[in-house]
Amino acid sequence: MAEITYEGATRHFPGGKVPAVDALDLAVAEGEFMVLVGPSGSGKTTALRMLAGLEDIDAGRITIGGRDVSDVSPRDRDIAMVFQNYALYPNKTVAENIGFALKMRGVDRDERSRRVAEAAKLLDIGELLDRKPRNLSGGQRQRVAMGRAIVREPSAFLMDEPLSNLDAKLRVATRAQIAELQRRLGVTTVYVTHDQVEAMTMGDRVALLKDGWLQQCAAPQELYDRPANTFIAGFIGSPPMNLLDAEHHDGRLTIGGARIDLPEAHRAAVGRLDHVTVGVRPEHLDLADDGIPGTVSLVEELGAEIHLHVQAAGTGVVLRTDRNRRHALGSAVHLRVPPERVLCFHPETTELLFAPEPAP
Amino acid sequence: MTAAQAETAAPAAPAVRKRSGAAARTGWTILAWLVGLVFFFPVLWMVLTSFKQERDAYTTTPRVVFTPTLDQYRAVFSGGIGTAAANSAIATVFSTLLVLLLAVPAAYALSIRPVKRWRDGLFFFIGTKMLPIVAAIVPIFLAIRNLGALDNVWSMVVLYAAMNLPIAVWMLRSFFLEVPRETLEAARLDGAGVRQELTEVMLPVVAPGVAATALICVIFSWNEFFFALNLTATRAATVPFFLVGFITSEGPYWAQLAAATTLASLPVLLAGWIAQKQLVRGLSMGAIK
Repeated sequence: MAEITYEGATRHFPGGKVPAVDALDLAVAEGEFMVLVGPSGSGKTTALRMLAGLEDIDAGRITIGGRDVSDVSPRDRDIAMVFQNYALYPNKTVAENIGFALKMRGVDRDERSRRVAEAAKLLDIGELLDRKPRNLSGGQRQRVAMGRAIVREPSAFLMDEPLSNLDAKLRVATRAQIAELQRRLGVTTVYVTHDQVEAMTMGDRVALLKDGWLQQCAAPQELYDRPANTFIAGFIGSPPMNLLDAEHHDGRLTIGGARIDLPEAHRAAVGRLDHVTVGVRPEHLDLADDGIPGTVSLVEELGAEIHLHVQAAGTGVVLRTDRNRRHALGSAVHLRVPPERVLCFHPETTELLFAPEPAP
Repeated sequence: MTAAQAETAAPAAPAVRKRSGAAARTGWTILAWLVGLVFFFPVLWMVLTSFKQERDAYTTTPRVVFTPTLDQYRAVFSGGIGTAAANSAIATVFSTLLVLLLAVPAAYALSIRPVKRWRDGLFFFIGTKMLPIVAAIVPIFLAIRNLGALDNVWSMVVLYAAMNLPIAVWMLRSFFLEVPRETLEAARLDGAGVRQELTEVMLPVVAPGVAATALICVIFSWNEFFFALNLTATRAATVPFFLVGFITSEGPYWAQLAAATTLASLPVLLAGWIAQKQLVRGLSMGAIK
């Protein structure tokens, strides 16, 4: 168990125009579950591989448990990694796969089989120990890969999209198991995913990357309530936050002809800007008799709720509504934006100007 | 075309395509068999001839019906094919082992952990194969003569190894590239060094590829003729060189030559047969995950 820090860590691939990871500063506390999330090409996997020692660090440094590991080989970093495709040794049995790291460290046979059995029991794969990876299902392989990581009792777990090869149902179940296992073992974990739902549900904190830059690192709820810029607002949440252009004059916003008076407390943050980007979550939008006029373009019925896609103010807007309220395709509606729920972003820098205080 | 015609024509189209597809498949099958038979015929004729008397082998209208005899095989065995076979076996086995010993690390350094300028290295290897052997035979001959190693089977071991090394490196490299990178990275994180990475993780996975490479080396070495002709005489003569002995100034002894050639083909045939499964897996490794 150890804390991990990235200090200005940079990776510049040979021939690449821009760094894959650019001066990353990030501190993962001891025992913390940190999720790195971002779209493809954001540098999240590269950041993880730098920590594993599989990528060089071109500038800055990385420490594990206070020790600078920038020039330490992967085998001496005392970390275990779970790969996206599991990377099991195809010619070895499950037991040999799990025990390989112990064998490499010269742990004797009895101790090895004891620890392998222990790990297998924890992951409920005890009856698979004599099988070869090709005779396992995807979910079983995933658990063997987990077993290979936990048997070593390393100072940190590194996980690179370990659930992306599982089907949707198994993914949700395994997601909970991994999170629960991590809490139980208390091992510092860095987990990479492109799935914001995974990030939100699993992480103690979530670090969001884009184009090699760290955008924001915060607890999931904080990320949801106070996204630092419009990119994060559009990335976190499903469906994501609606972003609308608004004209601003003296604390009063105009969107698609409808007027919204900003709460007194936030007027200073907007200042004298003519335009702002308004963010509002789908669950905070309401249908009303007056407001922003629009047309229903798609109705998604999810059972417990309905997602209503509306063309309004020159863009697509999604609102999450009650299942009992039905709206025909193409019908005209008016959207009410509750002023106390509105976030505002700078129209050029896209940075957050203000967000409402979360409801108690 | 009227609308009615179009309607009747449209559903018929897939059926026509299916029928023509089946016809094409039959056509290709016949063609494949024909080509196969054309290639196989000389082999068949060789085996048949080896069981004939010399006078039956010479007839201008080829004789298909004849009284089979083992005389030619007896003659070949008493003519000293044993020594030649032993020389060929030594040259083949040891050169192949030498090739694998050198090519496995070389292929590793050119694929898994590429050394600097690996591309140049790779082309340097294959570049040596672009020079016709005839162009190099004089310096090779002089070098070996000055070393006092003419007519010595170990010279052939070294030469055959050198001859097959580039091909082996290229083949092994392509097999190594098929090994998922992450598997090797996992081994590195699990604490394996380079040697353990190679022996514990890599080689078991690429074993079929190594077998296929070894077989190719065996075939090339066993059949090699040019070096044997120029660099061996009596003590180190290999099987291909021995075969030429049946073509004399009075003309070839067809039946004896056929018997000797049949015997010479057997080891390669057997090796191919035994390694068949591995070979097919090895040569089509990329297709299997």
